[in-house]
Amino acid sequence: MSDLKDKNSFEAVIGLEVHVQLQTKSKVFSPDANKFGSEPNQHIHVISLGHPGSMPKLNKKALEYAIEMGLACHSEIGRYNFFDRKNYFYPDLPKGYQVTQDKTPICKGGYVEIGFDTNTPKKIMLHKIHMEEDAGKLMHVDGKDISAVDYNRAGVPLIEIVTDPMITSSQDAGAFLTEIRKMVRFLGISDGHMEEGSLRCDANVSIRKKGVTTLGNKVEVKNLNSIRYVQKAIEVEIERQTNLTLQGKKIISETRLFDPEKNQTYGMRMKEELNDYRYFPEPDLAPFVVDDTMLDDIRKKMAKLPRQYYDDFTQKYGLPAYDALVITEKRDFAHLFEETVAHTTCYKQVSNWLMGPIKSYLKENGTSLRKLSLTGAMLADLVNLVEKGTVSYTVACQNIFPEVIKTGKAPHDIAHDMNLVQESDSDVLMPVIKEVLAQNADKVAMYKSGKKGLLGMFMGEVMKKTNGKADPKLTNQLLVESLA
Amino acid sequence: MKTYRSLAEIQKAIASGNITCKQLVEQYLQVINEKSHLNVFLEVFAEEAIAKADVVDEKIRAGRQGRLAGMVISLKDVLCYKGHRLQAGSRILEGFVSQFTGTAVQRLLDEDAIVIGRTNCDEFAMGSSSENSAYGPVVNAAGEKRVPGGSSGGSAVSVQSDMCLLSLGTDTGGSVRQPASFCGIVGYKPTYSRISRYGLLAYASSFDTIGTFAHTIEDTALTLEIMAGHDDYDSTVSHEPVLPYSTLLSNNKKYKIAYLKEPLASPEISAPVKGAVEDAITWLKNDGHTVEPVEFNYLDYVLPTYYILTTAEASSNLSRYDGVKYGYRSKSHVNLETMYKKSRSEAFGKEVQRRILLGTFVLSASYYDAFYTKALKARKLIQQATRDILKEYDFIILPTSPTVAFKLGEHTKNPLEMYLADLFTVQASVAGVPAISIPYGEDNEGMPIGLQLIADAFQEEKLLAFSRHILNARKKG
Repeated sequence: MSDLKDKNSFEAVIGLEVHVQLQTKSKVFSPDANKFGSEPNQHIHVISLGHPGSMPKLNKKALEYAIEMGLACHSEIGRYNFFDRKNYFYPDLPKGYQVTQDKTPICKGGYVEIGFDTNTPKKIMLHKIHMEEDAGKLMHVDGKDISAVDYNRAGVPLIEIVTDPMITSSQDAGAFLTEIRKMVRFLGISDGHMEEGSLRCDANVSIRKKGVTTLGNKVEVKNLNSIRYVQKAIEVEIERQTNLTLQGKKIISETRLFDPEKNQTYGMRMKEELNDYRYFPEPDLAPFVVDDTMLDDIRKKMAKLPRQYYDDFTQKYGLPAYDALVITEKRDFAHLFEETVAHTTCYKQVSNWLMGPIKSYLKENGTSLRKLSLTGAMLADLVNLVEKGTVSYTVACQNIFPEVIKTGKAPHDIAHDMNLVQESDSDVLMPVIKEVLAQNADKVAMYKSGKKGLLGMFMGEVMKKTNGKADPKLTNQLLVESLA
Repeated sequence: MKTYRSLAEIQKAIASGNITCKQLVEQYLQVINEKSHLNVFLEVFAEEAIAKADVVDEKIRAGRQGRLAGMVISLKDVLCYKGHRLQAGSRILEGFVSQFTGTAVQRLLDEDAIVIGRTNCDEFAMGSSSENSAYGPVVNAAGEKRVPGGSSGGSAVSVQSDMCLLSLGTDTGGSVRQPASFCGIVGYKPTYSRISRYGLLAYASSFDTIGTFAHTIEDTALTLEIMAGHDDYDSTVSHEPVLPYSTLLSNNKKYKIAYLKEPLASPEISAPVKGAVEDAITWLKNDGHTVEPVEFNYLDYVLPTYYILTTAEASSNLSRYDGVKYGYRSKSHVNLETMYKKSRSEAFGKEVQRRILLGTFVLSASYYDAFYTKALKARKLIQQATRDILKEYDFIILPTSPTVAFKLGEHTKNPLEMYLADLFTVQASVAGVPAISIPYGEDNEGMPIGLQLIADAFQEEKLLAFSRHILNARKKG
């Protein structure tokens, strides 16, 4: 019990460094393709390889993307900027230095809000976002005592998002990363795939006695290939540091790797050298200025963020927080919702369709919304057909929706073509009802003598004769009246 | 065999049928062959140059030739020329072939210049005597026991001894002007950023400038106007408009000229050089110009500033030569660390290693502010002081080098002695302003003396026109 009490007297201080690969067509300083999954060393322009005499040239798109992220995070955008060189030797680093921004990060400060669907939203404060180039990849050749280098990734544009050391739990770290991933995907500046390395996260973890304001020795945890691993690693690292401290041992500032199989972190068994990167301004790239016109243009072009959609969906369309959160998980869903509600006012029904039949269809068929020809107008049409009673929900789901996907035709056309429109005219339904009752005189007698359960049977017969198109509500009402 | 020393002469001779481009190339090849002991070329593109000459001859017959038809040039071994080896006078780039042609070279090729070969130089352009090449020292044709200066020594001698008409060198702290002065030819360093650096193997990026060796100002001006200007591949190149320098060479103005008192009082300056500059001062006064002494209090700081900043940049620029991707890799390595260490220790020469270490030191965290930051401030002050003088005066004149060409091996033991050879050239490099060395007499052993003129940034036309005036007037007088 006292052990537990001791443990609870500590708090964690976590800072995250998130690298995001920007999905520009070409690399950040050279014209070769920024493409994942090619054979090794296919995209290796002389600039990417740092051949003697080559010089970098800034990809404007990468700059725009970085600024978009900064605006999305409420950061201050740097107006006068230059790049710096970070010098160190490693075979995956072709020039022996990485071009990065040390002195003038493109974005300063800012924050990302998490938990905004709850009563306790939090702002995760950012220290900075800067641009830099990615390195290549070392590959260990199977069965041989050699390593090979693939430079396809060398020069791929990155932004590094650095938070303040202010995150206090693995849950918040996970929520922050989830939000960042959504943001870059909504902005369309990165695919955010952690398993492919287009989103990478290092966690700086330290602990301190509650009430203490100084920071403890921090441990940098690397090799975190999913949000779940980030959370796990933080948890085990907090546990490890707490135990060490309780045992009276010191926490060494070091870099540790996370082993997801053993669910533990381990030291990198490398010479812990004091890294001196000898930063200095990159003399091969001209300093550049971001002016008001450029910022205005970017603001105008910028895609809507998940948070903005969330606010619209809950406030403008009255969706429950849960619905709004689910629909804003993916950009295509949010887009489709917004497109659909331009044609219908049945907002909640649209949300139900998206979270219900559409989501399950995508899951069952292993496809994505983008690959379907489903437009907002079509979905609105479908919702409206049910809402007006033209077709039943079941028919809309089981008969019309698959046909819309298959043919791309408008739902109301399909309803008519396939003869699925509900019969809601009592002048048409009454003769059918009379016929059914006449043919089942014995059952009518039984009903009248108290077997009210037979109503379903009459209903079934009417449906049979109308090929299922009889409006169930109206039919029910007419039957009850006729049998009275 | 007639020796041609200007493009105008050559084009006239071709037009009148006295010579063809092909014959001209063959003539140069013969000289190269006869004077191979000067160790000027690391590689001669003989067959290629002849083939290209045939093409140019054909173009001339058809009247479709470029402006440089008939100009045969050599390239310092730090300039990228697609499909040709690039060694920077170093073993570390053993076997390396450039995959692209640099902007400046390409612009000359587009005007039908013919490249005859790749010239020897100090390794990675680090040196003042062309003795630091992994391929042996270059010899001065004016005195075969003398150095040609450096680092572009091979380029200088290739023009000096008529192996080609013009050569491209690079000038980071005087590497064009000083060898031009030692070899008795015209050496021009344009304003920093006037010519694209794309395709110039970097030594110290914020100082590196492509420059030219020629016999005439006309050829200097023409090639400059062709090479200069905006380039998509170099974001640091100037957008300042490029003037038709070669048509702006007439000069009849009377100028205000400053000469610096300190260099003339410097203990490093030799008597013949001092005499030549004093003579120039008198000559310019007699020519009707105002020539006044000015103070320049930073002379003691220019060399330290220059060496701190250039070595800092060099230490980073040369990191890419690591034995991983191309060039030399030591065979005796056992792991990654020894591969780096052995490859670089075995293949970089002593001077290059010295400068990498120096640069790494001045950028290291504990010494950064004491050296690098301070040198940046000093650079600003030197820049400002130089520009201040150039606001009041049209030109600054000073010797190009404290001495005439020294003897081979004379300073190789003492790097500090060697660095003093750059004492008067680094000022323009630190300030980024254009400067030229023109021949101005000889000492009593027949060794050439150079006079240096400096103008304000982007005043290339004024500097070139005035240099031409001095050269022509003195020839007549």
